[in-house]
Amino acid sequence: MNNEQFEPTIIGFTCNWCSYRAADLAGTARMKYPPNIRLIRLMCSGRLDPTFVFKALTNGADGVMITGCHPGECHYLEQNYKALRRFHLIRRTLQGLGVEPNRVKLVWASAAEGAKFTNEVKSFVEEIRALGPLNWGGAGGNGHRVETQIPEEVPA
Amino acid sequence: MTQRITIDPITRLEGHGKIEIFLTPEGDVANTYFQIPELRGFERFCVGRPVEEMPLLTNRICGVCPEAHHMAAAKAADAVYHVNPPRTAKMLRELLYSAFYVTDHATHFYALGGPDFVMGPDAPVAERNILGVIHKVGLEIGGKVIAARKAGHTVVEIIGGRKVHPCTSIPGGMTKGITEDQRKEILEMGKWAVEFGQFSLKIFNDIVLGNKAYVDLILGDIYTHRTYYMGTVDENNHVNFYDGKVRVVDPDGKEFVKYSPNEYTQHIAEHVEPWTYLKFPYLKNVGWKGFTDGKDSGVYMATPLSRLNAADGMATPLAQAEYERFYGTLGGKPVHQRLATHWARLIELLYAAERWVELASDPEVASPNFHTVPTATPTEGVGIVEAPRGTLTHHYTTDERGVLTKVNLIVGTTNNYAPISMSINKAATSLIKKGTVVTEPMLNMVEMAFRAYDPCFGCATHSLPGQMPLEITIRNSDGEVMEMLKRG
Amino acid sequence: MSDKPKFAMYWAASCGGCEIAVLNIHEKILDVDANFDVVFWPVAMDAKYKDVEAMEDGSILLTLFNGGIRNDENEHIAKLLRRKSKLLVAFGSCANEGCIPGLANLSPVGEIVTTAFNTVSTDNPNQIYPRTSFDTPEGEIHIPTLYPRLKTLDQVVDVDYYMPGCPPESHQIAAVIDLVVQVLQGKAQLPPKGAVIGAGTSTVCDECKRTRHVKTITSFKRIFGQPIDPSLCLLEQGIPCNGIATRDGCNARCPSAGAQCIGCYGPAEGVVDYGARLITGFASVIESNDPDQIDRILDGIPDPTGQFYRFNLAGSLMKAGVSAWKKEKV
Ligand code: SF4
Ligand code: SF4
Ligand code: SF4
Ligand code: FES
Repeated sequence: MNNEQFEPTIIGFTCNWCSYRAADLAGTARMKYPPNIRLIRLMCSGRLDPTFVFKALTNGADGVMITGCHPGECHYLEQNYKALRRFHLIRRTLQGLGVEPNRVKLVWASAAEGAKFTNEVKSFVEEIRALGPLNWGGAGGNGHRVETQIPEEVPA
Repeated sequence: MTQRITIDPITRLEGHGKIEIFLTPEGDVANTYFQIPELRGFERFCVGRPVEEMPLLTNRICGVCPEAHHMAAAKAADAVYHVNPPRTAKMLRELLYSAFYVTDHATHFYALGGPDFVMGPDAPVAERNILGVIHKVGLEIGGKVIAARKAGHTVVEIIGGRKVHPCTSIPGGMTKGITEDQRKEILEMGKWAVEFGQFSLKIFNDIVLGNKAYVDLILGDIYTHRTYYMGTVDENNHVNFYDGKVRVVDPDGKEFVKYSPNEYTQHIAEHVEPWTYLKFPYLKNVGWKGFTDGKDSGVYMATPLSRLNAADGMATPLAQAEYERFYGTLGGKPVHQRLATHWARLIELLYAAERWVELASDPEVASPNFHTVPTATPTEGVGIVEAPRGTLTHHYTTDERGVLTKVNLIVGTTNNYAPISMSINKAATSLIKKGTVVTEPMLNMVEMAFRAYDPCFGCATHSLPGQMPLEITIRNSDGEVMEMLKRG
Repeated sequence: MSDKPKFAMYWAASCGGCEIAVLNIHEKILDVDANFDVVFWPVAMDAKYKDVEAMEDGSILLTLFNGGIRNDENEHIAKLLRRKSKLLVAFGSCANEGCIPGLANLSPVGEIVTTAFNTVSTDNPNQIYPRTSFDTPEGEIHIPTLYPRLKTLDQVVDVDYYMPGCPPESHQIAAVIDLVVQVLQGKAQLPPKGAVIGAGTSTVCDECKRTRHVKTITSFKRIFGQPIDPSLCLLEQGIPCNGIATRDGCNARCPSAGAQCIGCYGPAEGVVDYGARLITGFASVIESNDPDQIDRILDGIPDPTGQFYRFNLAGSLMKAGVSAWKKEKV
């Protein structure tokens, strides 16, 4: 496949209180971000079970973006730090499995940072496009690419 | 018409295997191939793992002798960290290992190799197994065997933390010691194990040596090969399972070489054949000359028999007496008759039991000084122990964090791949002649050729995982299957 | 042949430890003999594949299947025994989740073979590798084809029960045999299909006698690098112990012996992905919110992938590293 035509599938896990609203804001403000990302809303980045990331990547996602409130601003106090530590461990684990760690990204974005959110998505899509398709796990095993089975929520 | 005989699966050995026997147009044996169908890839996938995990990871090469891998790995990891474990740690390891030897040799004699003798090679299939042995020799003896295995495993568990796949050896020693009470308990069991060893030799005397047909079978040419013999010896050239130098004697019994673990690559090389997943180790300085006997062929054997052949004696008194009786009866050293391995195994069992008692009698084994924290930068190291089925070599190279960058394993049974193949070939050639009807007991006698080695292919296939069935197929000279004989 | 119910045990890509664990139930083995007709058990008795093939479908009551599926022959026997057995038990970590040999799934099979046949002691100047079929002067001979990755039993056939452990602890095997005997006598009922048998429903920590406090750590340590407090939780001492995510049932063997739990009983009840649960667990004990410091602390786990998927890779969500998967696609 020619990388210029490759449209990566990206799953975004967003925190309800900040980044999800940032995405929302981006939507209402008609800031355009690439349609490659499908957002899944969590109540807090601390709810991010690494299982979600692995499931996304083995079910056809080429990259995963995790977003949460800025350090110190998590509505559940310290939970985003947990997310931070998990993120580090996830990346290290993926590396051992032969997956480029940059396929997983962590972004802090407050509810007001619609523009930042948009830009982060844009640059992440480009980064993943450059890495090429992942084709891992369920996708590889069945010999065909399956759509993500994680239910997606799209900003209203 | 060449016919082909396949025995599949080979039973009563720990692993899987397949024997192909080709017949000539006249019906004689043209050639035999003993194939190992699996490879697990430990040498590849252990790379990247921390070296202290090797005693745990390589256990899973073989669940029959995980203790051997645990020890070889621990010794290699000590070497990687340039650390010398305290005396107590070494004693604990050797004590665990001795108890394991008793259990393992008992398993082989009573459950795997023994049934051929106790029940007879031509006994009905359904009886030629451990339950058959128990029925024949009586429940009381069966009970003893079970108790012996249990005692060994109890010691393994007390020192090693688990009955199968022990977990307590780490670079520099052990994660735990034993209490004075445990030492006494282990000592009591050891005393009993010595009696069991003597008792097993008596059974062998009565049932096997007392039966002229069996003695003829053992001494006969079918099961005889003249090769080099390998075994680990202590500073007195006595058999040692846990530590020492590797000694090789030639087919005349003369010392050929004696090397330290870290010199192994100068002496051992492995030959590759495209029809099997297992390699054939041989003596590098003699060279690979194919599947042949004699001084000019680098084929060597590493089994209980070869350890006895490679040593000058046993380090404990009762075993030494048996050692002398063994060579006295069989006409001097070295003994080339493969079936004598079963006898040698029982002598080793007795030695292991005596060593068990010796180690457990020393109060230092219960000292709390069971670990030395390694401080040197890790580099490279080799660990060698005698696995029941042959000299076991683990060789690791790591980066400065102790993460493996290179792994090489020469596993017990692998040492014997070439001699086993030769033994099978010879047994088949002697038993299957033109015009004979191939019968099930005949095929069992072919299997007996390798069962003497107690081959463990869970073990050998560390490079490809353990599928080791046996199948005998008869083919004509065009390669067509004329008859497929799977025993049973 | 008696009319006792039939019992079989088979090893696929197995180390044999599961078989030894069964022999280690010692005198209980006589119960098996008394209550079952042992019809197929290659490690212990002489009966061959053809005997199994000749049996009626469903005629074996209980088959304990250990070992993973590494080649076409393993899969063939798995399917055969599935057909012939009423109850097929995935016995031991290999059959359940791939176990240590499943770590091979980190590399393409070609690399595994080339590594094994090019070690320092291998004499292979002509780069000879095993071939699945080979023309000898006497005729063609075959060895099974290695699969690109090791599969768990339930990745190739339907499995009735799962019995974890590497190997399953003997007291658990004895308990399961007791249960089956009771079922045969009408005194007990089988658990629902798909159940995990011979193990607990919690974590190894639950069975572990070491004392625990809610405590976080600022560094991970290697087990051999310092003296270890024999009564305090290992994880609290910085030793990456997998007990927090591992199913109980072994009586916390390894922590009781001074060693960390390496996870042989597989994921605790309800855990979808074992490694993911461990990541969550380890992440919560790290005492730092600073990305750089977190990185430094994590350097104390030199092999995170192995740490988290040591036994479980083949049965995890990922099943294999990327390179092994890519190979499978071809
Ligand atoms: S689960 Fe463990 S004991 Fe059983 S076969 Fe696999 S490696 Fe061996
Ligand atoms: S983490 Fe390990 S040592 Fe700590 S309680 Fe759990 S099992 Fe025991
Ligand atoms: S403590 Fe962990 S590794 Fe040890 S036996 Fe139990 S489950 Fe297995
Ligand atoms: S509430 Fe937003 S990260 Fe916790």
